[in-house]
Amino acid sequence: MTEPLLKVEGLKKYFPIRKGVLSRVSGYVKAVDDVSFFVNKGETLGIVGESGCGKSTTGRMLMRLLEPTEGKVVFDGKELTNISNDDMRKARREIQMVFQDPYASLNPRHTIEKILEEPLIVHGLGDAKSRKKKVRELLEIVGLSSYHAKRYPHQFSGGQRQRIGIARALMTNPKLIIADEPVSALDVSIQSQVLNLMQDLQKDLQLTYIFIAHDLGVVRHISDRVGVMYLGKMVEITESELLYDKPLHPYTQALLSAVPVPDPNFVRDQILIKGDIPSPSNPPSGCTFHTRCPFKMDVCTTVVPKLEEAEPGHFVACHLYGERAALINR
Amino acid sequence: MSERKAILQVKGLRTSFFTDDGEIPAVDNIDFSVHEGEVLGIVGESGCGKSVTSLSIMGLVPSPPGKITGGEILFENQDLTKLSDKEMRMVRGNDVAMIFQEPMTSLNPLFSIGNQLMEAILIHRKDWSKKQAKNRAIEMLNLVGLPRADELMKDYPHQLSGGMRQRVMIAMALVCDPRVLIADEPTTALDVTIQAQILQLMKDLNERLNTAVLLITHDLGVVAETCERVVVMYAGQVVEEGPVQTIFKDPQHPYTKGLLQSVPDMRFKKQRLYSIPGNVPKPGSIRTGCRFAARCEFAFDKCLTENPDLYQTSSVHKTRCFLYKNQEVSANDRTLVES
Ligand SMILES: Nc1ncnc2c1ncn2[C@@H]1O[C@H](COP(=O)(O)OP(=O)(O)OP(=O)(O)O)[C@@H](O)[C@H]1O
Ligand SMILES: Nc1ncnc2c1ncn2[C@@H]1O[C@H](COP(=O)(O)OP(=O)(O)O)[C@@H](O)[C@H]1O
Ligand code: SF4
Ligand code: SF4
Ligand SMILES: [Mg+2]
Ligand SMILES: [Mg+2]
Repeated sequence: MTEPLLKVEGLKKYFPIRKGVLSRVSGYVKAVDDVSFFVNKGETLGIVGESGCGKSTTGRMLMRLLEPTEGKVVFDGKELTNISNDDMRKARREIQMVFQDPYASLNPRHTIEKILEEPLIVHGLGDAKSRKKKVRELLEIVGLSSYHAKRYPHQFSGGQRQRIGIARALMTNPKLIIADEPVSALDVSIQSQVLNLMQDLQKDLQLTYIFIAHDLGVVRHISDRVGVMYLGKMVEITESELLYDKPLHPYTQALLSAVPVPDPNFVRDQILIKGDIPSPSNPPSGCTFHTRCPFKMDVCTTVVPKLEEAEPGHFVACHLYGERAALINR
Repeated sequence: MSERKAILQVKGLRTSFFTDDGEIPAVDNIDFSVHEGEVLGIVGESGCGKSVTSLSIMGLVPSPPGKITGGEILFENQDLTKLSDKEMRMVRGNDVAMIFQEPMTSLNPLFSIGNQLMEAILIHRKDWSKKQAKNRAIEMLNLVGLPRADELMKDYPHQLSGGMRQRVMIAMALVCDPRVLIADEPTTALDVTIQAQILQLMKDLNERLNTAVLLITHDLGVVAETCERVVVMYAGQVVEEGPVQTIFKDPQHPYTKGLLQSVPDMRFKKQRLYSIPGNVPKPGSIRTGCRFAARCEFAFDKCLTENPDLYQTSSVHKTRCFLYKNQEVSANDRTLVES
């Protein structure tokens, strides 16, 4: 086995909650709470989960746009979590992000050329002439035209702006792209254009993707492996086919069964889970899903289930599986 | 289902916004009917005129700059576009009610849930006592599956989760037993497990109370799951209409076909998604020819100069595309359907 391109171990982000005139810390939002995973070169790892489960926070910590509270991020053999800010800036050449709202992330007063050139200037790459050439090249690659270089962001549609966001991420020839809900704001017909583009680019440029989204159909389409997050934890992670065809974690099962399918004849066993997602500032004890889980056992309210390999290559954090299950069943 | 009587009929509706760029026809001559007790979906991409359609029905188009410039909206044979503001206020809530995408913006943050529910009741039931209104409010909260209704009456909107707020909105919309409930993207802001709960609730209530539902969404999955019939909109017009079964199995309009092929399906992996080329047009940007021509792989000369009619291609199916003009059924069949 080759080393994965990215390895994440025990990643945590606790945001302090401050109260009162003295802004004393009265508690923590456990946005990401002990998350570990890896991403192989050339693959797409999808990360899914409902609003507030910690997907974006995880993505931002990988690039250290947000400092982790704890944990280790190793990229291409280099530990990113203990290098200087200067070295981190250099490393960012190889890891780039694409965001949900391309409009918010493109400076409205700059031309597309200026926006695309910027990462090259920041990283001191190329001279003025080669930078302009690269801008035109990338515009063509993402399906726009070189004459678009002189225009401003507001002159483009949502889908075109996302193409610009992708072009910008590709300017420095990165190895890893972290895409946080890159198609969530787009209409269905435009969404499929952007997904196809991302797949083509991955093949042509040997890119590795972390694809964060809440749309389970989109994630299945694009991902080789998928991780499911719930309240700051990774509760299941495995190959995409396995996860969708044979989900093991009760939350994954409920989540998948809740997705409306575009087929009026499809009959499903819907597992309607009751209630809302608890607050990450006061997560339930033990398994954080126990307040909504139809299979809850006594042990679930006290013992945190570890992410363990329940079946070959299929990791799940639930007491129904693994060593503890064997003990309970005995 | 087509035997059911039409309870709300939208005929030749045009709603425009008058801006610095001139008149923008956001809704451009649309026709459809909501039948008694059915769940009818309106589906389309952003800006195609779904919300303007629902606001037009409710008499809530922001004016200025908006204005209904043509057509009629018949509720039990009374034209809503002709009513005074005061008469329209009585129709809203009583006959036709509406819920919106973001429940927080339609609840007043300064008043308790109970206060707002009771007010909604007392507007229409002037002879009711406070006690009666309170009982009805609690009954409605129970109906929409909210636990501890008594305590909830005293809560303020910010104390509730998104899913709970949407339940409250549904309760508020239904307090006076409206005949039609218009739900504009009611689950778009919600997580998928909460969306499943709300859609289930709306289906239950439709069955139990026989309230007709006009469900507006951009999600084809939600349509397949919830609706009996569906209207597909594109660039301010209806491009196709029919039973959900038919539209998903035998779509006719090239836009509907393209849209259905563009959605990833969670049940299996397609190698590559189909994609409709080009962009979603801004309303008013295309004024001649078929609104879809620039993106249509079947477009021919005529499509660029003439706008096709909505052809009735079977007793229950309509399509706005020249390719289906010769499949139009006789006027005889048509009257059968509309009666
Ligand atoms: N700067 C911050 N300070 C305090 N809490 C934060 C901060 N950023 C995020 N959080 C909290 O951390 C949790 C995880 O947030 P995150 O943005 O990672 O969720 P997400 O999975 O990306 O959700 P969504 O699907 O809505 O984008 C949430 O409860 C959020 O409110
Ligand atoms: N208050 C307004 N002022 C001007 N134009 C508007 C207004 N509301 C809607 N429109 C126009 O009508 C079009 C259709 O809007 P809408 O019905 O909200 O679309 P959707 O199908 O996404 O609900 C918009 O693209 C916009 O141009
Ligand atoms: S650990 Fe227990 S509560 Fe948690 S998902 Fe498994 S069975 Fe349910
Ligand atoms: S009328 Fe012409 S352009 Fe319009 S959908 Fe039909 S074939 Fe395509
Ligand atoms: Mg996020
Ligand atoms: Mg809308």
